[in-house]
Amino acid sequence: MLTSLKNTFKHGVHPPENKEETNGLPIRQFPFAPLIILPVQQHIGAASQIIVKEGQEVSRGQLLAKANGYMSVPMHSPVSGKIRKIADVLLISGQTSPGIYLEPFPYSGQEVVVGNPISLDASPEEILKGIQDAGIVGLGGAAFPTHVKLKIPEGKTCDYLIINGIECEPYLTTDHRVMLEQADDIFTGIRYLLKVTGAKEVIIGIEANKQDAADHLSSKIPTDLPVRVQVVPVKYPQGAEKMLITALLGKEVPSGGLPIEVNAVVVNVATTAEIGRLLPHGQGIQERVITITGPGVKKKGNYLIPIGTPLRYVLEQVGAVDNISEVYMGGPMMGVSASSLDISIVKGTSGIVVFGDNEVRKVDKIYPCIKCGACVDACPIFLNPSKLGILAKFEAYDTMAEEFNLMDCFECGSCSYVCPSNIPLVQYFRLSKGIVRKRNSAKQQKSNA
Amino acid sequence: MLSKTLHISTSPHINKGVSTDMIMKNVVYALIPVALFSVYAFGINALLVIITAVISAVMTEHLLCRWSNQQSTVSDWSAIITGLLLGLTLPPIFPLWMTFLGGVMAIALGKFVFGGLGYNAFNPALVGRAILQAAFPVAITTWHPAFLEDRFVSISKSVMAFPFTEPIVDGISGATPLSAFKFDQITTDSADLALGLISGSTGETCSWLIALGGIYLIYKKMMNWRIPVTILLTVFVLSGILYLVESQIYPSPTFMLFSGGLMLGAVFMATDMVGSPITPLGIVIYGIFIGVLVVVIRIWGGLPEGVMYAILLGNALTPQIDSLIKPKVYGSKKVMV
Ligand code: SF4
Ligand code: SF4
Repeated sequence: MLTSLKNTFKHGVHPPENKEETNGLPIRQFPFAPLIILPVQQHIGAASQIIVKEGQEVSRGQLLAKANGYMSVPMHSPVSGKIRKIADVLLISGQTSPGIYLEPFPYSGQEVVVGNPISLDASPEEILKGIQDAGIVGLGGAAFPTHVKLKIPEGKTCDYLIINGIECEPYLTTDHRVMLEQADDIFTGIRYLLKVTGAKEVIIGIEANKQDAADHLSSKIPTDLPVRVQVVPVKYPQGAEKMLITALLGKEVPSGGLPIEVNAVVVNVATTAEIGRLLPHGQGIQERVITITGPGVKKKGNYLIPIGTPLRYVLEQVGAVDNISEVYMGGPMMGVSASSLDISIVKGTSGIVVFGDNEVRKVDKIYPCIKCGACVDACPIFLNPSKLGILAKFEAYDTMAEEFNLMDCFECGSCSYVCPSNIPLVQYFRLSKGIVRKRNSAKQQKSNA
Repeated sequence: MLSKTLHISTSPHINKGVSTDMIMKNVVYALIPVALFSVYAFGINALLVIITAVISAVMTEHLLCRWSNQQSTVSDWSAIITGLLLGLTLPPIFPLWMTFLGGVMAIALGKFVFGGLGYNAFNPALVGRAILQAAFPVAITTWHPAFLEDRFVSISKSVMAFPFTEPIVDGISGATPLSAFKFDQITTDSADLALGLISGSTGETCSWLIALGGIYLIYKKMMNWRIPVTILLTVFVLSGILYLVESQIYPSPTFMLFSGGLMLGAVFMATDMVGSPITPLGIVIYGIFIGVLVVVIRIWGGLPEGVMYAILLGNALTPQIDSLIKPKVYGSKKVMV
């Protein structure tokens, strides 16, 4: 191709954005549920370890569970109240995790316990520790512990700090609102991040459908910071780290590698704001901004919701329709359907999209692959989903991984989105990747033994 | 409130909303004007040939599915396309019993033996036509003039030939522009060609309606524009060069574009997604390959027309093209060839 696509990555898709219903609505505080349920497994890595007892009274911001090692984060109390019980809670995956059932005191008693403030003069190590102590994980949805991601490996340097304000998932407007309403927190966060990464340049990447946020942030850039706002064309999955790096820096992250291989670190904009807000006070994450939308809710909006609020309570408050049929946690492209309303809001919940019986997508008829090539033209990684899909049917997992780069698939769903034959390609790839990973670790164990 | 069980699906939860049966349906829509013109030009005979081809293709698909205990796949509309395309590539006075046999062959040997829709290596309609060409070489080259006075009232005896008998040729026969050129060195007026005022297979004569159908499908993003464009461009450029070198011997490039089954083949048959490569570069190679073959067969081959064989050979080459042409995977160092 002769056209070099500037400021974006190649391929990708353009799903309907559906953001206009909530992108103009300011963030509103959500009420406390009569019972808060906090699973200890809210992030990638080891579960937090509970340090409180049943019957104990805790105050808002108090540490409830500590990090269990480096690949873990602690958990704080979103509310002052009494621990009713410590028992298993349901996760969105259908599995259970130990958790804390907390009954809030009446609203008047809400006080925030202040921990160890981390000043901007602190050392990079202290800041990283502070980020871990605040329980911060990627708020874009991945929930990967942020301090782990920010640790620059020995021998590598970080030139670019990329702040991810892309929010390419349809329906979601949390990052949009955060950028419009929390600019100061974002820039304070950037100061901390500059310190830990040693980056020379900061680029805030924002898609063109959030021009107002881009203008607002541009006007607020502190003169002493090397920050620039870059607006890029709207395209899914531009919010994926690799795609965003390509869009902003024109570089490709090597297969299987991290952004630091091309001297970049990418942090979600809401995560950045959280760092800027929490560290100066030594607080931990207690709540997060969530877009609640979809044809199945009456009071759509962007809400600041305490972590641990039960989904059922959330939906009752926003007036979900009675014939509620499907609820996705996250956006419609990569979000996960909730199998039950008895799960809780967790740190990684960026959106809740609700569909009623009438709007939910009917189960589409699956046709054979007609080799139309739509998936090939959509895949941002330049895989051949058609071929991979056929191989998956034949259970040729090794061929998929070795000859067709299965493991580079990051499950963005673009291929399934365009497939006219409705082949559940991503679903195949998710399962196939799991099988390949299992086989590889079995091989590893054998060779170690 | 909020107590019922939830519907669960895997992501993505939204879909672009273009389905395979929609694509097939639109191909049929794009072919309808071509079929109508054919009936207008060749009358009732063409109508009978086209309808017979469609009925036989659809019936065969339905029965084969039933006999092999599968759900009938007629509703995906692809058998209708096969039938239509077969009908449109046959001479207007082709015997109906042979037409019917062609439809059966197209679906059974062109599609079903491979495993049905999506697995057919070759364009089924062309497989059917190739079999007919081998079995009935005379009937399939017996042409008929267009726009005869009585075309809406009289049915040719040839069309109604009793099964398993060779047709009786009516006496009047019309040479196609390609055969006229090949065997008698007569060139047909390009304007007549483009407007379809000529003899030929039922549906191949009206180039502009065919092109219009193609533009509709390209606009709908249901056809890969690279296929017709590369084929037509290759034929035009290649025959243009030959024409410039020796205009006495070689036909003009416009004649090449608008004569015979090229337009129909390039727009509606080579574009069969299943039989064409999946990557943009692969498609360009495929298109050039077909274009070159068309020119070579038409000019140096023993047959007046080579579009059918060119496309079938292009289909045959597709798996090779797809295994050779692999785009560089994002973040990978090695260029995979
Ligand atoms: S899900 Fe995987 S194969 Fe499909 S488009 Fe995304 S990266 Fe490509
Ligand atoms: S989009 Fe679906 S039908 Fe088209 S080539 Fe890919 S897998 Fe096959």
